Amino acid sequence: MIEVRNLTKMYGDKLAVNNISFKVEKGEILGFLGPNGAGKSTTMNMLTGYISSTAGEVLIDGTDILEDPKKAKANIGYLPEIPPLYVDMTVDAYLSFMYDLKKCKLPRKAHLKDVCNLCKIQDVRGRIIKNLSKGYRQRVGMAQALINNPPVLILDEPTVGLDPNQIIEIRSLIKKLGKRHTVILSSHILPEIQAVCDRIIIINKGEVAADGTADEIAKNITNEHKMTLRIEGPEHSAEDKRVIADAIRGISGVKYVRADMEREKGIYDYDVETDGKTDVRRAINKLCADKGWNILMLQLSDLTLEDIFLKITMGDGLDKAGSEKSGKSKSKPRIDLKTSEGGKISAVQEDDDEKEENDDTAVSDSSEENNGGEE
Amino acid sequence: MLAIYRREMGAFFTSGVAYVFLAVFWLVSGIFFYNGVVASGTTDTSSMFSSMFYIVLFLIPVLTMKLLSEEKKNRTDQGLLTAPVGLWEIVLGKYFAALTLYIIAESVVFIYAFILNYLGDVVWTPLLGNYVAMIFLGAAFIAVGLFISSLTENQMASAVVSLVVLFVIYLSEMLVSSFENGGKLKKAIHFVVSKLAFYSRYVEFTRGVFSLPSIVFFISAAFLFNFFTVKVLEKRRWS
Repeated sequence: MIEVRNLTKMYGDKLAVNNISFKVEKGEILGFLGPNGAGKSTTMNMLTGYISSTAGEVLIDGTDILEDPKKAKANIGYLPEIPPLYVDMTVDAYLSFMYDLKKCKLPRKAHLKDVCNLCKIQDVRGRIIKNLSKGYRQRVGMAQALINNPPVLILDEPTVGLDPNQIIEIRSLIKKLGKRHTVILSSHILPEIQAVCDRIIIINKGEVAADGTADEIAKNITNEHKMTLRIEGPEHSAEDKRVIADAIRGISGVKYVRADMEREKGIYDYDVETDGKTDVRRAINKLCADKGWNILMLQLSDLTLEDIFLKITMGDGLDKAGSEKSGKSKSKPRIDLKTSEGGKISAVQEDDDEKEENDDTAVSDSSEENNGGEE
Repeated sequence: MLAIYRREMGAFFTSGVAYVFLAVFWLVSGIFFYNGVVASGTTDTSSMFSSMFYIVLFLIPVLTMKLLSEEKKNRTDQGLLTAPVGLWEIVLGKYFAALTLYIIAESVVFIYAFILNYLGDVVWTPLLGNYVAMIFLGAAFIAVGLFISSLTENQMASAVVSLVVLFVIYLSEMLVSSFENGGKLKKAIHFVVSKLAFYSRYVEFTRGVFSLPSIVFFISAAFLFNFFTVKVLEKRRWS
């Protein structure tokens, strides 16, 4: 339905979006995730034909947005970051205007009523947009995007400024729409993306940093599984801590053990990382049974989307796993931490990697610039 | 195009621009009508029409100042540019909305004509000729104003710059009037500027000459500036 090939956008000599490619199938809900200024809005503006791309192409249902813009745009409903509302019009007049603008052929009254019902703005239809609250404005923007039932919906941060109830409503609305439309939505709110989207693309510094479902991304970014254990030793002392940690280290498949704080008196928590292939829980249980220790707690802590996001966007990785993988992982789905990390490391250590460092600064500059433009 | 035209007409009236424009236009043209025609005891409207040039000059920037600048400022241009409409449709929709309001304002001369009808015999031919000439003069000026509105996000800047540009267009022929008897270069400059002059072309009509080339000139100017406006919108997309 939507195909993006090697999309690049330069603002002057600043790179805002760098060589992004992805595909969205019909009926899919794709989430765009990224920190502020990562290039989300720029990408969406290119997808909708508001701005042109420097290189690469966007195909909407097989039509190039720059070659046959009218045909391609007729397939898109777009809710920009700031809804494009004429604030001195009433909601009805505005929606009617958009209906005309989009050359909609559906029966006017019934269609506008449907759209208003869907976005829950029936009760403000006669009011002037200027007097509406942010949440209502957002929903009018949403309604505007839905006019003419476009097969593709592109929503840039649709839940910004809404209260928690409205956020839930909009989410369920988007889910509902996802059955009939292809939806791309951007957000920097992680639970939202996780709740709504079938697939996630994480964008960082203008590049696709990860692409896949949350689970796939988690699997790809790290193989390790983490768990937290609380084990009661016989003596309730620091000596216990050392002995227990050593014993767990001895189990095959365990990569890393760290004794954590004293959570209960004389009882410590242990963070255990495994290689991801072996399930060490039974071995640990057996070990404790043999030694007469008591397991008081065992908690698996797989990566949440939040961890992934931080890991990718913070660049320097929260633990060693990130930096180990950073150099080479260009496999699919791509997890690419190279640019940022390479830049940072080389900046500290030596000068021979100068080019990469420059690239990095260029990218981050442009993303700042881009962010400024968005506001 | 029709959707944009209708919205823009509505916006003129809800924002109050239309009322200000019409009130000032009618007030000042009424003064010209009284002084130039009624008080002088003549039914010759040409002096009124030649004074009308200044109303057009000063009021058109008010009409065009927010047409495109406000769209950009409020980000509503995102709605327009991502809708399945062409840039020409957007520009022309706005252009014709402004032109319509202008023609409504200008048509007040027919009321004056009826007043004159009671006082004496109206000479219809020059009146109609001047009326048409004024429409085309406005058509050209509106295109200039719309073009300047597309360059900025600030209404006031748009209005002031439009006013200055229209004023320079008006003054240009007077600035070079001394060049007529100068050297070759000066003569060439004088030739070019006087060919591009708006004011003397317009005044020609008030002297009773219906000059088709001048009409063509005004239409070409209108087309050219609308074309520039389209190019500005296009360029913004590509930058």
